[in-house]
Order: sequence, then C-alpha cells, then structure tokens
Amino acid sequence: MQLNKHTNGLLSIYFTAGYPTLDSTVTIAKALEDAGVDFLEIGFPYSDPVADGPTIQHASEEALKNGMTLKVLFEQLKDLRKHVTIPVFLMGYVNPVLQFGVENFCKACKEVGVNGTIIPDLPMYEYEELYKGTFEENGISNIFLVTPQTSEERIRKIDALSTSFIYLLSSNAITGKNLEVKDQSEAYFKRIKDMDLQNPFIIGFGIHDKNTFSKATTYANGAIVGTAFVKLLAEENYLEKIPEFIGSFK
Amino acid sequence: MSKYQVNDKGYYGPFGGAYIPEMLYPNVEELQAQYLKIMEDSSFKEEFEQLLKDYVGRPSPLYPAKRLSERYGANIFLKREDLNHTGAHKINNTIGQILLAERLGKKRIIAETGAGQHGVATATVCALKGLECVVYMGEIDIQRQAPNVARMKMMGATVVAAQSGSKTLKDATNEALRDWINNPVDTHYIIGSVVGPHPYPDMVARFQSIISAETKKQLLEKTGRETPDIVMACVGGGSNAAGMFYHFLDDEDVKIIAVEAAGHGVNSGESAATTALGQEGVLHGSRSILMQTEDGQVIEPYSISAGLDYPGIGPQHAWLFKSGRGEYVSATDDEAMQAGLLLTQLEGIIPAIESSHALAHLEKMSFKGDETVVICLSGRGDKDLDNYMKYFNL
Repeated sequence: MQLNKHTNGLLSIYFTAGYPTLDSTVTIAKALEDAGVDFLEIGFPYSDPVADGPTIQHASEEALKNGMTLKVLFEQLKDLRKHVTIPVFLMGYVNPVLQFGVENFCKACKEVGVNGTIIPDLPMYEYEELYKGTFEENGISNIFLVTPQTSEERIRKIDALSTSFIYLLSSNAITGKNLEVKDQSEAYFKRIKDMDLQNPFIIGFGIHDKNTFSKATTYANGAIVGTAFVKLLAEENYLEKIPEFIGSFK
Repeated sequence: MSKYQVNDKGYYGPFGGAYIPEMLYPNVEELQAQYLKIMEDSSFKEEFEQLLKDYVGRPSPLYPAKRLSERYGANIFLKREDLNHTGAHKINNTIGQILLAERLGKKRIIAETGAGQHGVATATVCALKGLECVVYMGEIDIQRQAPNVARMKMMGATVVAAQSGSKTLKDATNEALRDWINNPVDTHYIIGSVVGPHPYPDMVARFQSIISAETKKQLLEKTGRETPDIVMACVGGGSNAAGMFYHFLDDEDVKIIAVEAAGHGVNSGESAATTALGQEGVLHGSRSILMQTEDGQVIEPYSISAGLDYPGIGPQHAWLFKSGRGEYVSATDDEAMQAGLLLTQLEGIIPAIESSHALAHLEKMSFKGDETVVICLSGRGDKDLDNYMKYFNL
C-alpha cells in the first residue's frame, strides 16, 4: 500500500494495545490486515486520555489493568513484521513517551518496524524545538492533527513538517462522537482538499459506518475508524467478526 | 524579566509549555494572545480592583498572630485569605477570569473542582455576571462535599459528576478539558490553580499575586519593612502559594517555603508530596513534576485535604523547586490536623485543612527570635468541620 496523495479510499483502524486482553495486540493487527485494512493505528494506553470519549477511555483503563506498558508493547511488536505488512502507527499521549525516553521510543519504533506516531498532546512547537531531529534520525514520521478551527497558515506549516499523512479531525470533538455529515463538515473537507497539500490527508473521529466513511473519502485519501471498532472488541468472538465489520465500510 | 517568571515561550526553565491536543489550540492561542492585553487594560483593572474591594472584601488583613508567635519564637503574620467572600483565595482568580471571559465574548463557563472551593468561587462569579456555569466534580467528591455541591446549585451552576478514572479532582479536570474540546467557540475554562497549558499558570498567578502585593504594603505599615524573612504557603496545584510568593521571588533574601501534603507519610503509598515522590512529566497541558509510574501513568495521590489531593504541581513551582529558589517540604495528615487545632485554640481561627499544612511546618523550624514570617491562611475551616469532628471525636 502506498500512502500518498494519489491514493484513495484508504481504510484505517485504531485499536488499543492490550485490550481486550494483554496479548491480543498482534492477533488483532493481523486479522485487520487479512480483512483488507490499509493501515493501522495501535494505541498505547494512558491514565488520563483527555482527547478520548468513554469507549476508548474504558479500553485504555482495561489495557492498563491488563498490564500494558510501552515496554510490554514493544516486546509484543518484536515479530510484528513477520505477521503484518501494512503501515503501522503508534498513537498515544506524550507522558508515557517522555518516561520511556523520546530517543528510546523512536529507536524502538524503528526496530520493530513501526512507521510513525500520532501523539495528540505533543504540540508542533515542542516537536520542532526538541524532538524533530530524533524522529527523523530514526525514520519515524510524526503525524499532526488538523481541526475545523485550524488556521490555513498553521495547516501549511503542518503540511511542511509532515512526512506521511495529515490527520484531519472531522469535527472539534473528543473521540467517539458520531459524525453527522452536514454541509458544514463537507465544506470543511472540501476547503482542505482545495488547499492541495503535499501530504495525503486522512479523516478520523466520528467515522463509524459506510455512509460516514464514504462521505469522508469523497474528499480525503482515507478515513480512520476507532471507537466503532473498539466497541466490537468488547463483544464475544470479536476476531471472527472482524471481516464482516471491515467489509461493511467498503 | 525575572528568571522565576514565565518566558515568552510559556516556560519556567524547563517547565510549562502548552501540551494540548490540536483541538484546544485555537482557544489556548487566543488566551495567549489576549490575556496580558486584557489584564493591562485600564477598564479591566478598574473593574477587577473594584470587585476585589466591594465584593470580595479586600484587602484581606495581615494579622499579627501574637500567641502563635510566642509559641514559636518568631513574628508570625497570617495573610487572611480565609476572610474573603466564599472563604478562600480562590475567588481572586475567578473574578479575574470571569472578567477576561466576558471580554473574550464567551457565553459559557466551565470549571473543575476537588473539594468544591473553586467550583463555588466559579459558580459565584457566574451568578454575579449571569453566565452559564458547568462545574465538573469527581463522583466521589460530590458525595464527600455535599454542602459545596448545594452552594453551586443554589447559584445556578450545573454540577456534572466525573465518572472516569478515580472519580476525583484529576478526573474532573480531564472531563472539563473534554468539554472544552467539544465546545471550542463559546466556552471559557476557568482553571482553579496555577496548572494547565500556558498561559494559565501565569494568568492565575497574576490574579493571585494580589496576596503578596497587599502583604508588602501591610508589612511596611506594621513593621517598617516591606519584606519578611520567610513566606510560607501550602501547595496542591499551588495557586495560593504562587500568589503569596509572587512579589518576593526576585528578593533572594526572602526565604520561600512551600508545604505539600504528605498524607499518611511521604513513603506510605498514600501521599500527595509531589516534589518528594514525582518525576518530570506532562499532565493537564504542562510539563512539570508529577507522581507517576515508570511507564508514565499518573498515580492517584492521597491527602486528608481535598484541595491538596493532586498528583502534580504548577510548572512555576516545579521550577522554584528545581532551581532551589524555594524549599519544598511536606506535612502529614496528623501534623496538619494538630496544627489546625492549635491555631484554633491559640488564635480563635479555624483554618482550612489545606492551610493547616503550612502551619504544621512551624513545628519543624527553629527561629532566632526576631524573624518575620508570613503564612498564607488560604481558606477557612468551615468546609472541613466534618473532618475535624471525625478526627478529634468532637
């Protein structure tokens, strides 16, 4: 799979590492690839996830109870590339990364074959000033978020700093709020598309069914499903249900 | 520019910054761009000062505590923030922020609260200004602090139970941040302490700096000197301490002592002594010192005092601690409760248990006899009567 501005209709899935069980991480990743998902975000849990709604908060809490840490996650991902070939991004909050050490974190990502990271509470200024060099040395792309309120000037700056894709939030909201496809959000998606950015942009937050996925991918190169998939993981025999779930988006 | 104040990038030494998701960036950027302009505007200053005088009852007295002074062998003054309207220093900040929110054109106010003092102070100013008010409070704290919940409701605020995590202050703060993300245009978040992303720590410290500004004038009148030898305050997030220290930071002859809550003992596993137990990290939007696991998960603090029951400290405090400018110590539940009782019996003042932590440190100090000590009596003990009753079997 090529993540570039000419690819379209990409489906990406977010799930929390260590949920529903500590060792479910790689099994779920492989099942998602087999079901035809184009790339993955694997969340590493944090005790205070301020940008997340109840579903992902709950998954994080459970994952922490199960014993998930960054150390455990990188151990689990050692053989990731034996099982999974699609791009993988790690997503989580900055404090666990700081405690792990930013340099150790980037090196570990590189070693296990993680392509990039999404760290919503690591601001662009701090990334540029303190950490950009370390990320680049290890070939790790850091993904930045854009919201309906982000100014054009800032989007241009984000585009210049990005090396993989731009994560476009469907609305200014925490995760798990279903996107209502209104003229307003379509106008926003179109505005971004018309900016003709150098990076592909992928829409996330609120994408939960075929309708929202198809609206998003009318404008964006792809869309990310998080909360809706994490809800599936709470069901019995979730692994068997993954192909049908993924099939329902396309 | 003072080396202990925030720099133009929003940092105090290595601490501070604005570690926020992009969803909050426009709000925080607006505040960063506007707060000093608004605060320095003469119409703002005039209204702020007028309300502090007529509504809050400032200046708060600087009381020479004679019997307490005799007991410890020093000249001890209490800065009586407990006499403010609503019973604590918190109102200084909420008055300032409501005026700021008004000038930013915000229609809706949100806040977090632990014991409810900041929630009450916020509900109060919202009633004063006729603005919608939503206060997030941990579900457990709602049960523990029924009178403050009732006060907020009487003033027309909606109190929302934070049901995530440990259901206390930290989680109430998370919920308030989530609300702000979901309501980016019309809502202002009144943070109650010197925590959060830049410019909050500086903005709240500036609103609270009235405490040390008044202290200087009052000390001059009473002692002929503007500066004491020692200033002391308790620290949870650290807003009363930030205000008490503010105008003394650059005078290195003034010793600064901050007292954290040690709960059942610093190493008991039930403590909120952040500088003793914490490491550098990011919580609620700023880089500071916080209690956390090796994996960077935030550890739940414990203190008998709900106002000090917070796993971090403001970034300015982290810097005062790390740079050595301030001495950061702690007092246990027991030490604080005894100090609260002692003040009651020697001076006829029932302090908030938070403030009792600052008083408790007097026991561990030795004086030559002529030192001038100012302690911030940040709040009154009415809200803590239940706790005092249980503790002393009254």
